[in-house]
Amino acid sequence: MTNTFYDLLRRQGITRRSFLKFCSLTATSLGLGAAAAPRIAHALESKPRTPVVWLHGLECTCCTESFIRSAHPLTKDVVLSMLSLDYDDTIMAAAGHQAEAVLEEVKAKYKGRYILAVEGNPPLNEDGMYCFQGGRPFVEKLKDMAADCQAIIAWGSCASWGCVQAAKPNPTRATPVHKVITDKPVIKVPGCPPIPEVMTAVVTYLLTFERLPTLDRMGRPAMFYGQRIHDKCYRRPHFDAGQFAESWDDEGARKGYCLYKMGCKGPTTYNACSTVRWNEGTSFPIQSGHGCIGCSEEGFWDKGSFYDRVTDIKQFGIESNADKVGATAAGVVGAAVAAHAAVTALARARNKTGIAVKQGE
Amino acid sequence: MLAEQDAFEAERSARMVRAIYVYEAPLRLWHWVNALAITVLAVTGYFIGKPLPALSGDTSAQYLMGWIRLLHFSAAYVFAIGFLARIYWAFVGNHHARQLFLLPVLNPRWWGEVLYELRWYLFLVREPNKYVGHNPLAQLMMFLFFTIGAVYMILTGFALYGEGQGAGSWADELFGWVIAVLGGNSMQVHSLHRLGMWVTVCFVIVHVYAAIREDIMSRQSLISTMVSGWRMFKD
Repeated sequence: MTNTFYDLLRRQGITRRSFLKFCSLTATSLGLGAAAAPRIAHALESKPRTPVVWLHGLECTCCTESFIRSAHPLTKDVVLSMLSLDYDDTIMAAAGHQAEAVLEEVKAKYKGRYILAVEGNPPLNEDGMYCFQGGRPFVEKLKDMAADCQAIIAWGSCASWGCVQAAKPNPTRATPVHKVITDKPVIKVPGCPPIPEVMTAVVTYLLTFERLPTLDRMGRPAMFYGQRIHDKCYRRPHFDAGQFAESWDDEGARKGYCLYKMGCKGPTTYNACSTVRWNEGTSFPIQSGHGCIGCSEEGFWDKGSFYDRVTDIKQFGIESNADKVGATAAGVVGAAVAAHAAVTALARARNKTGIAVKQGE
Repeated sequence: MLAEQDAFEAERSARMVRAIYVYEAPLRLWHWVNALAITVLAVTGYFIGKPLPALSGDTSAQYLMGWIRLLHFSAAYVFAIGFLARIYWAFVGNHHARQLFLLPVLNPRWWGEVLYELRWYLFLVREPNKYVGHNPLAQLMMFLFFTIGAVYMILTGFALYGEGQGAGSWADELFGWVIAVLGGNSMQVHSLHRLGMWVTVCFVIVHVYAAIREDIMSRQSLISTMVSGWRMFKD
């Protein structure tokens, strides 16, 4: 019987040296400083592991794909081993009744002490029939498991905001987790998918400190979502200088100028891509020459083109943005003022005698 | 506010009514500083959303976008602090200084005179009423487009400013909730803030036109009043 993470890791042949390296790395990535590394190590060595149940609603599994590619192999092993021991219907060995039985077991055995990780979201239309698992709608399964959990991690933009299945007109009424489960703390880890290191760090934080990380106003861990892509973008000096790529493959694009004019959403996107980066820190979208599409932001599918800065506002028609609406309004007002002035002048000319008489009185 | 009251006030101030002091010096100064700030805000704001043609050359030698943003933020501080000062002046200034903030919405005669002014602008009456301060229609428009507009632009603008200043900055602490209330994606707030700019442009067009027109048509001074403070009645 494996009781702690450390036992689990040692059983998998991971050396103590690697384990301590992982603790230091995690402490650093959480912004806690070197002093926290021994605390993390101690927690992973001594505390009985907290089970994590990982549910899948309407989603594309990109969060899982991202998660299992966490750059530090140890991180992956820590959490994946644990998950396989409990519940994750996508990657667990068990299936059918055997798998579903695990849920009941966790609920009974770890009442109020397990973490519920939710990837995807429940559709609410037609009593939730658009996502049906193990003989019941997903929304029921989610509510059932949420009732006895300690906290919920909403993985990815689906669980956090709704993402593509909740984009207009949202036919299934896909609804983000925090709008369905309102009586439990929900940690949003948005992104499509979220950065793997961010995901593992959030889980590690929860298991180590047994409390929620500091969340920002929108319920995201502040340590990874506290700043915008723009704030730490390596192309930021080009933005401040006014050096932009004006079209794909122009001189500016070749020189690596800022992609703001190509619709980069870095200035409105809270995520850690420009610091943590992707694929073991290799690159991130802007580094590869494409603007940020803002995938970790609320409703990013419905906020206009990925390639405009002044984006479309659908309320005013398909092809209208603030400038088109505003300039049209200003034009109409200007024309109205000109017409009014013309009518005024004509009326005044006609009444000239009247006014003259009055002045003579 | 009402024509009769104003006439009474005018009568009291002098037997032969020719001019009356309406706008006190701090208010006039605020008006022109505010006008300048709005102009700078609209122009720089336009170029923040749609930047000027890209520069090339040595990156470290240029700071065009930086200067444009600095100008925008500086003008925003002038606008916002000016607005606070204007609210203060509504308390300590003369009663005309309160017109931007208090509408006599419960007074049916005021509404009647709003309609009268509307008919004047639709060429349905031959003579406008004369007012010492704003006419009721002007007051209504000033309240809807300037007072509410200014609050709206300050709220959305400083919320966006707080994003750059970072979580925990005063702007984020005071105004960051605006982004959350509007859904959480600040792209939305950028669009709304830009729409607000265009509404302000429309307001300025009408405001300037109405001032010039009334200066000529209603036989009382408007433009020079905002310079000298004295409202002249020409007949």
